[in-house]
Amino acid sequence: MKQLLTFVRKEFAHVLRDRKTLLILFGMPVAQILIFGFALTNEVKNARIMIMDQAKDQASRQIIDKIEASRYFEVNQYIHHRDELEKGFKQGDVRLAVIFPQGFDHALQHLHQAQIEVIADASDPNYATTLSSYISSIIQDYQSEQVAAAGHLPYQIVPQIRFLYNPQLKGAPNFVPGVMALVLMLVCVMMTAVSIVKEKETGTMEILLVSPFSPLMVIVSKAIPYLLLSLINVTTILLLSVFVLDLPVQGNLILLFAESTLFIITCLTLGIFISVKTSSQQVAMLISLMGMMLPTILFSGFMFPIENMPWPLQLISNVVPSKWYYIIVKAIMIKGLGFAAIWKETLILAGITLALLVISLKSFKIRLS
Amino acid sequence: MKEAVITTDKLTKRFGDFVATNEISFEVSRGEIFGFLGANGAGKTTAMRMLCGLSTPSSGNASIAGFDVYRQTEQIKKNIGYMSQKFSLYEDLTVLENIRFFGGIYGLSRPRIREKGEKLIKDLGLEQEAKKLVGALPLGWKQKLSFSVAILHDPQIVFLDEPTGGVDPVTRRQFWNMIYEAADRGVTIFVTTHYMDEAEYCNRISIMVDGRVKALDTPRNLKEHFGAATMDEVFYALARGAKRSE
Amino acid sequence: MEAVRTTHLKKTYHGKTAVDEVSLTIEQGELFGLIGPDGAGKTSIFRMLTTLLLPDGGAAAVDGLDVVKDYRQIRKRVGYMPGKFSLYPDLSVEENLNFFATVFNTTVAANYTLIKDIYVQLEPFKKRRAGKLSGGMKQKLALCCALIHKPTVLFLDEPTTGVDPVSRKEFWEMLQQLKAQHITILVSTPYMDEASLCDKVALIQQGKILSVDTPAAIVASYPQPLYAARANEMHQLLKALQQSADVRSSYGFGEFAHVSFKDTDIDIASFETILAKKGLTDIEIRPTPVTIEDCFIERLNSQA
Repeated sequence: MKQLLTFVRKEFAHVLRDRKTLLILFGMPVAQILIFGFALTNEVKNARIMIMDQAKDQASRQIIDKIEASRYFEVNQYIHHRDELEKGFKQGDVRLAVIFPQGFDHALQHLHQAQIEVIADASDPNYATTLSSYISSIIQDYQSEQVAAAGHLPYQIVPQIRFLYNPQLKGAPNFVPGVMALVLMLVCVMMTAVSIVKEKETGTMEILLVSPFSPLMVIVSKAIPYLLLSLINVTTILLLSVFVLDLPVQGNLILLFAESTLFIITCLTLGIFISVKTSSQQVAMLISLMGMMLPTILFSGFMFPIENMPWPLQLISNVVPSKWYYIIVKAIMIKGLGFAAIWKETLILAGITLALLVISLKSFKIRLS
Repeated sequence: MKEAVITTDKLTKRFGDFVATNEISFEVSRGEIFGFLGANGAGKTTAMRMLCGLSTPSSGNASIAGFDVYRQTEQIKKNIGYMSQKFSLYEDLTVLENIRFFGGIYGLSRPRIREKGEKLIKDLGLEQEAKKLVGALPLGWKQKLSFSVAILHDPQIVFLDEPTGGVDPVTRRQFWNMIYEAADRGVTIFVTTHYMDEAEYCNRISIMVDGRVKALDTPRNLKEHFGAATMDEVFYALARGAKRSE
Repeated sequence: MEAVRTTHLKKTYHGKTAVDEVSLTIEQGELFGLIGPDGAGKTSIFRMLTTLLLPDGGAAAVDGLDVVKDYRQIRKRVGYMPGKFSLYPDLSVEENLNFFATVFNTTVAANYTLIKDIYVQLEPFKKRRAGKLSGGMKQKLALCCALIHKPTVLFLDEPTTGVDPVSRKEFWEMLQQLKAQHITILVSTPYMDEASLCDKVALIQQGKILSVDTPAAIVASYPQPLYAARANEMHQLLKALQQSADVRSSYGFGEFAHVSFKDTDIDIASFETILAKKGLTDIEIRPTPVTIEDCFIERLNSQA
């Protein structure tokens, strides 16, 4: 036990004495939050749209008013014929068209159902997806107002629940869980891998292996400091999101930390696995960046919607731990859901962790290769 | 005295308060084998970097193959060869590919590279290994090969930084035969080593202590002057008082 | 009981034999030198003995313990300084020493007497980070760290490689002091001149042991009288010797050329005249004591 403590203390000394590591460790989460929060939001502002109102009745008028009032859209032109659609898109600056069919209000009142046609310029698919979800949300919003007024659901326009838990359509809720996954991935995987490989490079690993200190304990004591530091990082991110981005944690804080700890352990195991397989700091760093960060950005769903991907990629996304962590954090932080809603994701994440742990321990050598 | 190809005059390099190389002055003449000795951290590497045009001196003057170390570093690089124990050849290229590459960066024409390359491979007896990766060769062969490559472009001076570290005694001697032959052809050899017996093979040697040249003469004269039987004792007598090491 | 015993020890990497049937016995308290160039297999032998590598054939025991089966026990008793060992540069001298003491389940105080002589030289710098120490000091600290748990056998892999002659000399003086404390020391080096400082040496080349004996016995086994020759021009002298039909072997050796003759009763004076005819002056040939390096060259030549 005393050995373990000494070892952990030594690891802390390494981290605290290296300014570069410290900067990455604590500067990165802050930088990421600020960059994503203020610069890189995939939030849309003043996108130009066309409206073709064939109904010209009360319902269509009210919805158009809502669209015009939104800061996301700027109605560029009102058109009267479908021929004008193509021209509008080809001029390039119109990204989306909303078409109300004739007798829109009539259909709503009597058939309790009506359709609105939404046509988006999908040359930028993400942008198109975002825009159409915003339109859907506005329609949804209109519908909710009707519900409130009538006391019951009078009719249905377009079922769309994507932004149900984010009525103000803020960009932040999506990226905060994403940044958490990204930062933990980077800090835990890269730092652990690099710090173990560094010992191989300096030759100290040989001494440690030759010592009576169990090789397994070497790994455990390497991981402990990063577990603690990562929890500090989670706290930092949460504080930033609450006080800077004005985004409160809706769900149980303890549950959020428990799930984060699970994910941190997943990442540490990955880091250990990389360190076992590589022998230079550069390679370890490269693999951590390419092999861990990219999948997190691509497949966690925080930058690119997974449901829009072809099925082979959707399949791959299932083995990316950050995807599950992202879902879990979103559920707790934004939707305020409890463990009952995320036990499946937690189980999957725990399963992946266990598998990684077994593989890492199996491939960890008590000798040199 | 033969024509001098290396001349340094109070050459100095400072890093902040630290004087790595302190006013060193010497001359090396054409075809001479010049041993550049010193304890770890005495300032050898810094001095050698300045002479190769890799680092600008803080003060003093030096001329290498007639070119000035401040202004004509590009010409210096064309006229010198360099080989060190740590880096010399690409391990993941074959013998031939290395020859072609280094011949190419020194601007040798293709037919000339082929002609010189063939001769080099024949002289070293590497015909069987020409298409093998350099990484697969034994250390001694690698070092002989990288020396040959370092003088492929007929430089006036070749700088050798501990070229024989860890090489077996027989290969070490073969290596020195190659050095002798190059010197006979008029190539000036500037060499550092930790093997004191190799210091004896040099025409003249200098010994640096704490950034200064503390002794410079033929091995025989140095031993006489210090009343020592071997170069080892001379070195010990001079370097024992060293204040700093790396 | 022997401190180390290997029998037909073998190690191959991707089909290349690095250690070829090496059999050695090292007695307790001995200062044993493993001497050979880079790539001879020294590090592989050290790593097998310190349980870091599994042998591909043969067996080895340290303190009577098998390196494969009893690796846990061995790891408790041996001290090891790998060739590229550089400590933790961001920890201070004290912190490094304390860390390794704890890892080996002991304290600095418990075995202080063992490292006292070396550590007093480091004491003034104990708060300094190891990365900021001079080369010689780093080496002393590394030795202290390897000794801190009072190992029965100390493995030093090329501790003097790339180190200047003055620091090398100091390092060997430290080893002599340790020997007096009855620690078995196995040291490897590419420098032949260090052989004479060992109790016993093994000359190794390309994974094979060329000979094992005391330095004196190895030198005594040299088959022929050896001469040192000198002339005004070394390179010309070497060429002349190489071409001479009377010469059995010749090579440069410091300021001299070492020569042995096919005819052991050769008349040196008349041989000098032959050399003089080739334009050499100041010729001087006299008998010279054999060194380990001469023996190494002899073995390599007789193999070729």
